[in-house]
Amino acid sequence: MIELIVFVIAGGFAVIGALGVVLAKNPVHAALMLVMTLFSVAVLFLAQDAQFLAAVQIVVYAGAIVVLFLFVIMLLGVDQSEDLSVEPLVGQRAIAGVVGLAIAALAVVSVWGGATGTPTETGPLVDSITGTTTSAVEALPDDQTSGQEINANINQLGESIFTDYVFAFEITALLLTVAVVGAVVLARSRRGELADMPETALDDLMTVAPVAPIPASGNDADHAGEASTLTTETEEVS
Amino acid sequence: MEITSTWYLVLAAVIFAIGAVGLLVRRNPLVMFMCVELMLNSVNLTFVTFGRELDDIGGQASVFFVLVVAAAEVVIGLAIVVALTRRMPTVNADDISALRG
Repeated sequence: MIELIVFVIAGGFAVIGALGVVLAKNPVHAALMLVMTLFSVAVLFLAQDAQFLAAVQIVVYAGAIVVLFLFVIMLLGVDQSEDLSVEPLVGQRAIAGVVGLAIAALAVVSVWGGATGTPTETGPLVDSITGTTTSAVEALPDDQTSGQEINANINQLGESIFTDYVFAFEITALLLTVAVVGAVVLARSRRGELADMPETALDDLMTVAPVAPIPASGNDADHAGEASTLTTETEEVS
Repeated sequence: MEITSTWYLVLAAVIFAIGAVGLLVRRNPLVMFMCVELMLNSVNLTFVTFGRELDDIGGQASVFFVLVVAAAEVVIGLAIVVALTRRMPTVNADDISALRG
């Protein structure tokens, strides 16, 4: 009964958040809706006794990836609303809706069709609430089985990753290194690239560039006045 | 009413379809990336559900690797978006056609 309540609430919020990501005009709103979906999926992970993945989901997705999204949205100033009433390609949305319905129908039908047999009685790997476990905890040493039902999931997952999937884990490290290098190469700005930039971006750079205050002892009175206002502005900012 | 694995799988299918439709409909690359994240998350939910159904920790291990790959994908994708905004004023997926053959 409690699982039904948890599933209905978390699943409902997950679907609402997913619809919000697609339908929100403002990318910032879409990112916040994405957070709602990610939290709901984390709750569903918890309901299925995947405690470690629920924590990682919140830390990595909601804590890092969505913040990265918001950072880029704010950095680029692309948080203007997209006009969703104009359809760039005529008939595209109708076709996309049909395709989406087809994907959903195919998956649901396959799931329902596959579930017509008698449900297997394997049960959860580690039931964190009652402590009744299947083979999961019995595989652990005796000193770890008592009162550490939640840790059992982490122990089991860690043992699996560092034994069965250790090669994939090493490849993952390589992948992350390549991603970091790629991000640096893609996002850095070289001096020679300034000429390729659009005028507005160049102007922005030029206005930001002179950080050092201009010395006020110039011969021209106008320039001296500008410089003094500049220095006062920088003092106010600092 | 008992919640079986089927319910989780149906929910994952619905979220996946919503993400796919969003990827097809939206034109902002950032929102498109968010829709990709939605689809990855629904697949993660499927992995965890089948892992519980089959009493196998491999499902959760797969989700772990999917998380890492998704993080790397977002980093590269956002770097591409940042690099693109240096060259064009507004980022629209329809305008990014420099690699068209």
